[in-house]
Amino acid sequence: MAEEKKLFKVTIDNITIDVEPGTSILNAARMIGGDVAPPAMCYYSKLKGSGGKCRTCLVEVAAGSTADPRPMPKLVASCRTNVMDGMVVKNITSERVIDARAGVVEFLLLNHPLDCPICDQAGECHLQDLGYDHGKEGTRYEFGRRTFHKHDLGPYIQLHMTRCILCYRCVFTADQLTNKRVHGVLDRGDHAEIATYIEKSLDNDFIGNVIDVCPVGALTDKTFRFKNRVWFLKPVDAHRDCPKCSGKVTLWNRGDEVYRVTARKDQWGEVEDWICNECRFDKKLTSDWVIEGPTKVSRQSVISQGHYVGVKRPKETLGEVLEGRKPRLLMDIHDVSEVNKPNIELSKIAGPAHSDDFSKK
Amino acid sequence: MGRKLLLEKAHVEGIRTYDVYRREGGYASVEKALKNMSPDQVTEEVKKSGLRGRGGAGFPTGMKWSFLAKPEGVPRYLVCNADESEPGTFKDRYLMEFIPHLLIEGLIVASYALGSSRTYIYIRGEYAWIPDILEQAIAEANANGWLGKNILGTGFDCQIYVQRGAGAYICGEETALIESLEGKRGNPRIKPPFPAVKGLWDCPTVVNNVETLAAVVPIINLGGEEYVKIGVGKSTGTKLISACGNINKPGVYEIDMTISVEEFIYSDEYCGGVPNGKKLKACIPGGSSVPILPANLLFKTAKGDTRMMNYESLSDGGFATGTMMGSGGFIVLDEDQCVVRHTLTLARFYRHESCGQCSPCREGTGWMEKILKNIEYGKGKMSDIDLLWDIQRKIEGNTICPLGDAAAWPVAAAIRHFRDEFEWHVLNPVESQQRNFGLAHYADPRPVPATA
Repeated sequence: MAEEKKLFKVTIDNITIDVEPGTSILNAARMIGGDVAPPAMCYYSKLKGSGGKCRTCLVEVAAGSTADPRPMPKLVASCRTNVMDGMVVKNITSERVIDARAGVVEFLLLNHPLDCPICDQAGECHLQDLGYDHGKEGTRYEFGRRTFHKHDLGPYIQLHMTRCILCYRCVFTADQLTNKRVHGVLDRGDHAEIATYIEKSLDNDFIGNVIDVCPVGALTDKTFRFKNRVWFLKPVDAHRDCPKCSGKVTLWNRGDEVYRVTARKDQWGEVEDWICNECRFDKKLTSDWVIEGPTKVSRQSVISQGHYVGVKRPKETLGEVLEGRKPRLLMDIHDVSEVNKPNIELSKIAGPAHSDDFSKK
Repeated sequence: MGRKLLLEKAHVEGIRTYDVYRREGGYASVEKALKNMSPDQVTEEVKKSGLRGRGGAGFPTGMKWSFLAKPEGVPRYLVCNADESEPGTFKDRYLMEFIPHLLIEGLIVASYALGSSRTYIYIRGEYAWIPDILEQAIAEANANGWLGKNILGTGFDCQIYVQRGAGAYICGEETALIESLEGKRGNPRIKPPFPAVKGLWDCPTVVNNVETLAAVVPIINLGGEEYVKIGVGKSTGTKLISACGNINKPGVYEIDMTISVEEFIYSDEYCGGVPNGKKLKACIPGGSSVPILPANLLFKTAKGDTRMMNYESLSDGGFATGTMMGSGGFIVLDEDQCVVRHTLTLARFYRHESCGQCSPCREGTGWMEKILKNIEYGKGKMSDIDLLWDIQRKIEGNTICPLGDAAAWPVAAAIRHFRDEFEWHVLNPVESQQRNFGLAHYADPRPVPATA
């Protein structure tokens, strides 16, 4: 059956492209790439049923199709609207879209705490990017931003509900990847929140992927919390033989130390292969992994600063100079002096050393 | 006196019970439809009647029914939307409470037309006592062979189930209602696909309002052609109006769409005028979501014609000078009412009832409420009024479901027609806390543009 598939011709911002029937406007725009692709905060191509909620990807349909060239009266969510043959879409060439998108960005940032300086997501946050690309520099909101009662989601995942934009991605992830979803959206309207309701911890296998799909800093890695800023780390691609997942990850290193393990992400910030909890949270030694090389980081990303490709490590020359001999301890100061009280073992003191520990008596 | 089709027998003693209802000619339409008509003929009759959805949008019911996909081997569902939660609307409650059998009868006929053997009534959670009334009516209908297997020997099976909501306005939106009926969180679905193709449990589904389904009974009894003769133009048949606010006789009235708004408010047959000799200031004719109109635009359209109580005349002039029939929640405000406070009340309602799924509605409704609160309590700024306008503009049309529009319209209309009152609140922060703006010029006749 070498029957030729009928392709749909769709024009987005005056660029025409042939796509397969059933493609969404957003995905067609992503095929063109660049500025034509609308931003998406809730849509995730790998999660079934996602999208349509954040309204950042709204576009104007200037002509529905060749058969019915009437324009659509409202702006449509490009992630959930499929292309028709002969459709004409306006994204950045439409005043209405730009205006509506600026409105959506303002709405999304309205109650966002803007605590980027202390947020682990800073530097890889989609809301930050969206704000820079489509937002205004000031806010017109003069009221207190909303706060939530804190929920503990267990040893792996840290929840900051104030930062959440209710994209529902983590709900879909838990539904579609783990054996049982224990968290969800409680309440409604502006007090809707992500939580487990009965204070369960999120520890199903593969639940760690909610950290990767979260577009903001609402769900972050507790094992990496406050350890480092992402732009000081060097992402390298690595893999290991994992019985549960593909084992293909990005390690976030500083020197030889692995600070964090995440899934690899594509140019739209979407995970390429889901990874299991063991790979993400437990394998934090370089020796656990086979390093493939530096991860490609977009030039626009702040992570690309301090990220050098093809850097060589300076050669260790000490062994050569000493001709194979081990460095020798010449004198142990404690053998000849009591000034540091060697009888007090610092590692046995509970908490930081205090003057009481070194009392004269 | 207008013709009554739905509430004609509402005051017969014991009409709530099957025996009385049957004695008064009840279930005649089921006999007529099931014995003498094919399902398509029933749909055709509803189409001919020009019946428009009574839930608010006013979409032609017959057309909605004919859109229903009918794939082989897939069940189809009819769902009755009894989640009547719009502030000011309480017509369905009256219908279900006093003549439940009328709804059951309409449901059987509609189920027959659509081929639904499992039909649901999704009822508002706060109507806690009504499911019992409906279930009693369903049990009586079952006992008398109007429901169950092989109804009237036609081979048509039908059963009706009552499902209570959990107290969310948003579940009156048809896709949120379906989600809730499936046992999920009541978030509206993204359309398309429409329920007619993929509704309840991914099967073709029709969702109709209580009054719409009840109106099917007189349509079948009279015939579509006869039904069209009642009413005017595209506003056919009768409409239940639940009148409330500053009127002498609040209640549910059945009108045949040929009377004027003025007559409806002031005649003794209906609302009986504004109490205590006060003057009328404004009115929301179709439930809280539709635009509010000042008195001078309420009685006369911008063109100077008398405004009638029907779909076309109420929406004459678009949103600039008109409003909508909506769900028929007729709210009257007299000269002592404050439009700013009233708008704040509505904004608070929509903030509370937003499902929180899409950003403009989740964030925008709360923002509007906060600004309106400031203005109402004398802390507003002039720029706040323009800001409100900008917020509502950015919510409207950009949300998944119509709740965003419903939240934006009342604010937009209040600013459009009552901007002076908002400005007065801002300019007189102290005085505005002690007295109301009053009637001002809102009842003064508007200059009518000369026509050639």
